[in-house]
Amino acid sequence: MYVAVKGGERAIANAHALLDHSRRGDHAVPEIAPKQIREQLALAVDRVMAEGSLYDRDLAALAIKQARGDLIEAIFLVRAFRTTLPRFGHGEPADTAAMQIRRRISATYKDLPGGQVLGPTFDYTHRLIDFALAAGAPVAEPAEAGEGEPADTPHVTALLDGEGLIERNPPQPSGRPVGDLTREPLAFPADRDLRLQNLARADEGFLLAMGYSTQRGYGRTHPFVGEIRFGEIEVEFVPEDLGFAVPLGRIQVTECEMVTQFKGTAETSPQFTRGYGLVFGQSERKAMSMALVDRALRAREFGEDVVAPAQDEEFVLSHSDNVQATGFVEHLKLPHYVDFQAELGLIRQLRREHADRAAAAGFTREAAE
Amino acid sequence: MALSAEATHEELSAAFDALGRPEHGDLRAPEIGLVMLRGRTGGDGAPFNLGEATVTRAAVRLGSGHVGYAYLLGRDPARARLAAVLDAVQQSGGTAAIERCFADPVRRRIAHDRARGAARTAATRVDFFTLVRGED
Repeated sequence: MYVAVKGGERAIANAHALLDHSRRGDHAVPEIAPKQIREQLALAVDRVMAEGSLYDRDLAALAIKQARGDLIEAIFLVRAFRTTLPRFGHGEPADTAAMQIRRRISATYKDLPGGQVLGPTFDYTHRLIDFALAAGAPVAEPAEAGEGEPADTPHVTALLDGEGLIERNPPQPSGRPVGDLTREPLAFPADRDLRLQNLARADEGFLLAMGYSTQRGYGRTHPFVGEIRFGEIEVEFVPEDLGFAVPLGRIQVTECEMVTQFKGTAETSPQFTRGYGLVFGQSERKAMSMALVDRALRAREFGEDVVAPAQDEEFVLSHSDNVQATGFVEHLKLPHYVDFQAELGLIRQLRREHADRAAAAGFTREAAE
Repeated sequence: MALSAEATHEELSAAFDALGRPEHGDLRAPEIGLVMLRGRTGGDGAPFNLGEATVTRAAVRLGSGHVGYAYLLGRDPARARLAAVLDAVQQSGGTAAIERCFADPVRRRIAHDRARGAARTAATRVDFFTLVRGED
């Protein structure tokens, strides 16, 4: 017999009121505004935009406030919001070579054209807690150099490509639309465009662990950071009613080009291969992890043995989304009373049968003695 | 009009005032929606879907009958409507006025911001030097 259970409405309403009250914290402390989060917790905002798969700094900041700083909850809110909006279309593919650079480094070339600039980075800090921040110490004006002329910064891998030492990036396949996992459910095997879309919105922690696993030997690719760049790019869109490209504005992205294990065949001489990462906002860790995992997932393409989790696209792509993951893990706390009653009935029956068998065996043994 | 995408609400609003607040009506009320942004595999290869962005679009018609459009990142209907009005003024032959009231000051502000950003970034340039061992 199935018995529907109702109730808890007042409890839920009161719990949500208590949540609102807890969110505010101590009233003696000033309330924060979303714009403070946008400006001063910018990397949290970047993460929510990247994994929420929606570029909107103000919306991400508000979601972080609503979620009390729980970034996966904030990502969930952003994903839910995007489902309420119509889609006007898709942008023109962004030109990252034309990026207005804020940071650019290479681990393969010391003297690359355009140079290496560190930009605003945690690298080389000593990771000591800065108590001056708690005291609200004034911030010094940053140093300036040069006349403010934009640097010409071609992609580092173009240097290798010039000598034919690295594989060419794949051209756009003719006649096939760009895959979109927000429109069609993911099917396997998945093409690289779908894999990159999945990785660009994947959980940073999951990608980090997957990328790390390849470095530790579970699908090794012998990676070098060809280049990491962070800065602003212009995005363009061709509206149906206009028929020509219009600039929508500028967004910040982080890009990582990983130069990896060479491949060659009887026909082609050995060349370096590539892994690619591109992420909304400033997130080097995520862009690097994405590039490592992108390369690991190309195992089939290069005829490598698929022996490690990071090379298994079904494993990686099916578990990378933290909204899906948290939904399935957290659904376990919803009422499972009927399921559990069935389990209780089953285990009681199994124990009864076990006891009966034990008693029968004891009886047989006694009779034999 | 390309420049509107980088102009702030204040800049658009100041230009609207300077142009004598042109009379206009909505051809289509401002609407917030999404555009799927794309990157390229490896930076220059096949396109892939990177993620969406919020975009506000607006279309207006001036008293003169000229029509203007705007598509801007973000969720600001008032800003999109102002940008559409400026576009319509430009379409109506008001290029010189737009240049004076809007494009020129905004271009100068953007150039200043970019130059300052580039100068601050340039100050973090790494100058490598090689340590020579004294073996001779």
